[in-house]
Amino acid sequence: MAEHFDAIVVGAGPAGSAAAYTMAKAGLSVLQLERGEYPGAKNVQGAILYADAVADLIPDFREEAPLERHIIEQRMWMLDDRSHIASHFRSENFNEEEPNRYTIIRTQFDKWFSSKVREAGALLICETTVTDLMKDEKGRVVGVRTDREGGEITADVVILAEGVNALVASKAGFAPTPNPENFALGVKEMHFLPQDVIEQRFNIGEDEGVVIEAIGTVTQGMLGTGFIYTNKESLAVGLGCMVSDFAHSGITPYDLLENFKQHPSVKPLLAGSEVKEYSAHMIPEGGYKAMPKVFGDGWMIAGDTGQFVNSLHREGSNMALTTGKVAGETVAALKREGKPMTEANLARYRQTLNDSYVIKDLKKYRELPGILHRNKQFVTTYPQLMSKAMESWFRVDGIDKRTKEKSILKSFLSARSFTGLIGDAIKVARAIR
Amino acid sequence: MSVKVEEKLFQNRYLVDEGHPHVCVPEGKGATPALKAIISCCPAGCWGLTEDGKVEPTLDGCLECGTCRILTAKDGDLNWNYPRGGFGIAYKFG
Ligand SMILES: Cc1cc2nc3c(=O)[nH]c(=O)nc-3n(C[C@H](O)[C@H](O)[C@H](O)COP(=O)(O)OP(=O)(O)OC[C@H]3O[C@@H](n4cnc5c(N)ncnc54)[C@H](O)[C@@H]3O)c2cc1C
Ligand code: SF4
Repeated sequence: MAEHFDAIVVGAGPAGSAAAYTMAKAGLSVLQLERGEYPGAKNVQGAILYADAVADLIPDFREEAPLERHIIEQRMWMLDDRSHIASHFRSENFNEEEPNRYTIIRTQFDKWFSSKVREAGALLICETTVTDLMKDEKGRVVGVRTDREGGEITADVVILAEGVNALVASKAGFAPTPNPENFALGVKEMHFLPQDVIEQRFNIGEDEGVVIEAIGTVTQGMLGTGFIYTNKESLAVGLGCMVSDFAHSGITPYDLLENFKQHPSVKPLLAGSEVKEYSAHMIPEGGYKAMPKVFGDGWMIAGDTGQFVNSLHREGSNMALTTGKVAGETVAALKREGKPMTEANLARYRQTLNDSYVIKDLKKYRELPGILHRNKQFVTTYPQLMSKAMESWFRVDGIDKRTKEKSILKSFLSARSFTGLIGDAIKVARAIR
Repeated sequence: MSVKVEEKLFQNRYLVDEGHPHVCVPEGKGATPALKAIISCCPAGCWGLTEDGKVEPTLDGCLECGTCRILTAKDGDLNWNYPRGGFGIAYKFG
């Protein structure tokens, strides 16, 4: 292929497709390369989709996108081995005309989104792995190399939306040597059940959905969370923990998942289900401090490749869509103005992101990853203490309430000490303020 | 509790690129601590110790997550690439 394109996009996940869509709509010649057999073949998500970021690109997406259920109830669980403490937030307000959050099945969603990208005029080539970037003598990016024969293709700009495992960006020197403390590994299974069984078990109506997020002993001392999301006819059940913690603990991801599924609070929800897939994928969780530079002469980085994930709020796909869109808009605007894709001109991409929720939120939580790494008591000791306290409080056993209060307080003090408790409260406040 | 990861992988769809392993330990590399760590961390149970103490993969069930790459990147204990375009895991749901 000797053709030259206005832009090449590496990857057909949300970031890459948002970029390709935006540029194709603006009339640019766009080549998008995807290593999977089809878009979505390699991609994994929980998956909660945030409507806002999609509507920003395709306002009427609700009419045709493959959506599973809109979320009306959020359950937060704190687990020890035999119990869970929960807070549920359910609101009829979430049954609105244009709901805000949906569960999706990623492979199906990616295929659909990609069909819109092609309709907009971008050329998508699947089953093609980009192996390297082509640079000129001044180090400017001028194209890509692929694993196809004669697979060198040039473009004015290359947008790297290759996901969390940033092989091409690393090879080009645009991403630092990965640090296991900045990545979580998620494992997940798809459990199929009849639609009415799901609706009865989760106390929901047709199209309504529930998400459960769980912290506590299910991560066996590692920093991480478990989740159960309701799809139309399936449940997504999984856990994610820091890669560095997996390495220290020696616990296998599949044993961890199996234990979660056997937890007395989880097992009844899954009873009788048929498992149809087991998947694993990393999540970039280093936050603001782990972000690489995201633009340079002839190149930009969007989505997970740039560590654009807000792990506290489980937002990744929306940041991928937004960064991809802004990257695409930046290129389209420069084309319109007849300006070259230099580092100085592409800096507009980062400036626009600085003013958006993407960088504002990542900045707000910039201390959180470090604090959580150094203070695993938040996901280990506290859920256990809380559970013991609850059990003691509710059990009617002839012990007076004041004595119970004292022994609960004592259990907290002996586990964390008075200054420890105060310190933890300050850390939490500092990390999320 | 211990599960057989093979039973989980059995659900998945793969297009195996016979004879083209995409990850390998460089010639002459012993069982470094990082390589030993990936034996338990790999979500597909791809890695094991051989009789002569080497860490080696069987990549048929690889989920291409990159965890083994992240854990060994610092000292370059693995040559890590993606499978050729189109090969490897093909998720139905993701
Ligand atoms: C278990 C789990 C649960 C999650 N839950 C949520 C959630 O509920 N909500 C949420 O918003 N986010 C969630 N996330 C995060 C979200 O999935 C990601 O942030 C999002 O997918 C990032 O999109 P992306 O386009 O940057 O990368 P990806 O979706 O990973 O897309 C990258 C694409 O590039 C392709 N590619 C890679 N390298 C090459 C190459 N060299 N050549 C050609 N193609 C290549 C890949 O095949 C892939 O299609 C979750 C993640 C995981 C792992
Ligand atoms: S990429 Fe993931 S699944 Fe494949 S061998 Fe490495 S750790 Fe295992």
